[in-house]
Amino acid sequence: MIAYLLRLAVKAVVTLFAIVTVTFVATRLSGNPIDTFLGEGLTAEGRQALIDYFELDRSLWHQYIAYLRGVLSGEFGLSFVDRRPVTAVVLERLWPSGQLLLASVALTVVVSVTLGVLAAVYRRSWIGSAVMVVAFAGYAVPSFILAIVMVLTFSYWLNWLPVVGNDTWRHFIMPTIAMSGVLIAALTRFTRNAMLDVLGQDFIRTARAKGLGELRVVLKHGLGNASITVISVIGLQIAGLAAAGSVVVESIFSWPGVGQMLVNAAILRDYPVLQFGVIAVAVAVVAINTLTDIAYALADPRIRLARA
Amino acid sequence: MLRNPPVLSVKNLHVAFGSVEAVHGLSFDIHRGETLALVGESGSGKSATALSILRLIEREGGRITEGSIRLATSQDPDTTVDLASLAPAALRKIRGDRIAMVFQEPMTSLNPVMTIGAQLGETLMLHRGLRGRAAREAARAALARVRIPEPERRLDQYPHELSGGLRQRVMIAMALVCEPDVLIADEPTTALDVTTQAEILELIEGLQRKLGMAVLFITHDLGVVSEIADRVLVLKDGDLIEEGRKSDLFAAPQSDYARELLAATPRLGDGAPAPLADPEPVLQLRDIVTSYGGGGPFSRKAPVTAVRGVSLTLGRGETLGLVGESGCGKSSLARTVMRLVDPVSGEVDLLGSQIEALDHKALKAHRAKIQMVFQDPYAALNPRMMVRDLVTEPAYLHGMVPDGGRAAMARDLLERVSLPADAENRYAHQFSGGQRQRLCIARALSVSPQIIVADEAVSALDVSTARRVTDLMARIQREEGVSFLFISHDIAVVERVSHRIAVMYEGEIVELGEAAQVLHAPRHAYTRRLLAAVPRVNTNMTFAGDASEAHAPRAHVPS
Repeated sequence: MIAYLLRLAVKAVVTLFAIVTVTFVATRLSGNPIDTFLGEGLTAEGRQALIDYFELDRSLWHQYIAYLRGVLSGEFGLSFVDRRPVTAVVLERLWPSGQLLLASVALTVVVSVTLGVLAAVYRRSWIGSAVMVVAFAGYAVPSFILAIVMVLTFSYWLNWLPVVGNDTWRHFIMPTIAMSGVLIAALTRFTRNAMLDVLGQDFIRTARAKGLGELRVVLKHGLGNASITVISVIGLQIAGLAAAGSVVVESIFSWPGVGQMLVNAAILRDYPVLQFGVIAVAVAVVAINTLTDIAYALADPRIRLARA
Repeated sequence: MLRNPPVLSVKNLHVAFGSVEAVHGLSFDIHRGETLALVGESGSGKSATALSILRLIEREGGRITEGSIRLATSQDPDTTVDLASLAPAALRKIRGDRIAMVFQEPMTSLNPVMTIGAQLGETLMLHRGLRGRAAREAARAALARVRIPEPERRLDQYPHELSGGLRQRVMIAMALVCEPDVLIADEPTTALDVTTQAEILELIEGLQRKLGMAVLFITHDLGVVSEIADRVLVLKDGDLIEEGRKSDLFAAPQSDYARELLAATPRLGDGAPAPLADPEPVLQLRDIVTSYGGGGPFSRKAPVTAVRGVSLTLGRGETLGLVGESGCGKSSLARTVMRLVDPVSGEVDLLGSQIEALDHKALKAHRAKIQMVFQDPYAALNPRMMVRDLVTEPAYLHGMVPDGGRAAMARDLLERVSLPADAENRYAHQFSGGQRQRLCIARALSVSPQIIVADEAVSALDVSTARRVTDLMARIQREEGVSFLFISHDIAVVERVSHRIAVMYEGEIVELGEAAQVLHAPRHAYTRRLLAAVPRVNTNMTFAGDASEAHAPRAHVPS
């Protein structure tokens, strides 16, 4: 297990280094970032000042080393808009995004694992079919449609739920559902397939031959094994959610998170914030993937006990 | 004669899968201390019967449509409950407690994410209410009873940390943890090596004597039956063909089918083909070493050497049998000969050409000379290709037949393996296992190879089917002079086809010689051990001469 964790750590560090480098290369490849992000309306002197500030006239190699040095010492520059360090700008946005992500993940796991297990156990009855119909339908509805329909229904017509902000638990309801919708649909189907696979295995027959009740056969022996495959998919999906899902949902509900900040930074061409925001999201994705690998090992002794 | 009531009595059992009936009215009794063997080939309904007793069949898509399965209650042997109509909750109390089961596949029958101790403890908690230290102690005792070394340590291990033989011992320990009245063993040794099989059979027999339980033993292998059974039921296509004491069945089978089955069962000592007089060598291996892994700088594992310096020669028109247990390196050797893996060192001389170092392009011309037939005929044939294209594909790839000539070639090949010519328009799934293996042989023959490597080619087939396939191979050898490298774990099958036999153990050939010499005057200790473990079908068996019956105190068995 220790060797496994060490391998994960090395993997995470290498991935992060690659991300930081790709971020640098991508911004430099797309032309002079001053022109790209600030465009017209800049005086020649102002432009030169910025070029000097970012050392854009130096060699790429020099810029890269300077950039890496900045990354390692936590210096990512100042926001163009409010002149604060970008780290502070982004960090204050992380927690609201994290809260929304955690709520969505919790909802997704609880709902889709329950539905997926039901769909597998009752695959030959109407219950299984109903679950699958709902899952297919959910898969077809993009999160922004779901969000807008919910806002219209529960806020404008029924006036039950608030739309803007993140002050109370009632603010969480619609954004969480909007974030989870597609994920629940996907994960329900995945859990069902994983459970069907496991329930057909020989050791399930062994468990029944022992005289165990169905509940224990399905949950302990069935889900215990299906969770290995389900975990790996959950990890990937959450990572995708952290990277992309939050942008749409946070914009619709004015959620003060990283996604909304990225959109605003793009509109205002706040280039340092954008760059660090992307890195922050990437770090979150790597962290989620690493946690997934650890959970995977905890669920599967064959991984956990493998010789290094 | 005083008769004890049977512990389990099956009457007029009918089992159906959908609208297809798999068992047509089977009746039998089992008594305490008795081993009843249910024998039959695939599709005979033997496993359906075994699964019906605990009503596990319902989970496999089948159902009991008629009949009763009466189990004597533990309080009073004269009163019974009918398992066929028992409520699920009451049935669960009997499963694992009074009737327990051991399955064929020890590799997949244990839960991979639970420790051995937890899996044993589950049964103890359920039926005995034991938990914590008491459960652990009982689980340890159960493992000790099946003679698992270091039982205490095993409790905290997971199934993947144990070998196949140990896992099957764990399965047996788990089945016996509540000391059941009836043990149902469904092909419990079929997936195991012959030496491990011998140990497991001996173990089951010993525990039966100790616990006095009844054993229902399901198997396709008459050799195993002759080792373990008291009485035998022979099933075919869901019907009872013959029932009787083991000694009677083997000495004088009443039905044609039982006679056929006995004749088809390979028996050690039946005689091998006479060795050829100095045949011209077609394949020569010199000091072959093959290992896996450990190659690249990122490899985490040390290389595993599967073949350690093997040298052998195969003559024209000769069959060389290669026997050994799982993991001995026999399949790796076959793959090396085929250049599916590259040897680390050594020479492969195929018809005068050294092929061990040729690149893919240069190798292609040689590939037509040597072909392979694999173990699993279901996996070895592309389900989307028509038989015509399947069997002629190698010849087509080697440019030996134009596209227009494939149909004619396919008909010729099918005839040579005794399949109907109209089979060319069908797909692989429309054939039985034995027919598919014929298709594989036809495919190998399409390029007129001088050598066919048959890797466990009949191991997945029923005995009568296997017999027909080996007969076919012998005929092809007679008519076309093909040499076979015949690889099998089953030494009796190897004897039937081989002029010479090579015994492989831990990557080395420990003994190589004429078949009769290896089997009758083995020189190496491992060969002797292997031979001793093979179950013998003894037709001269008499009641008094049966050692297991002599020891066993048994209830009276109705004849």
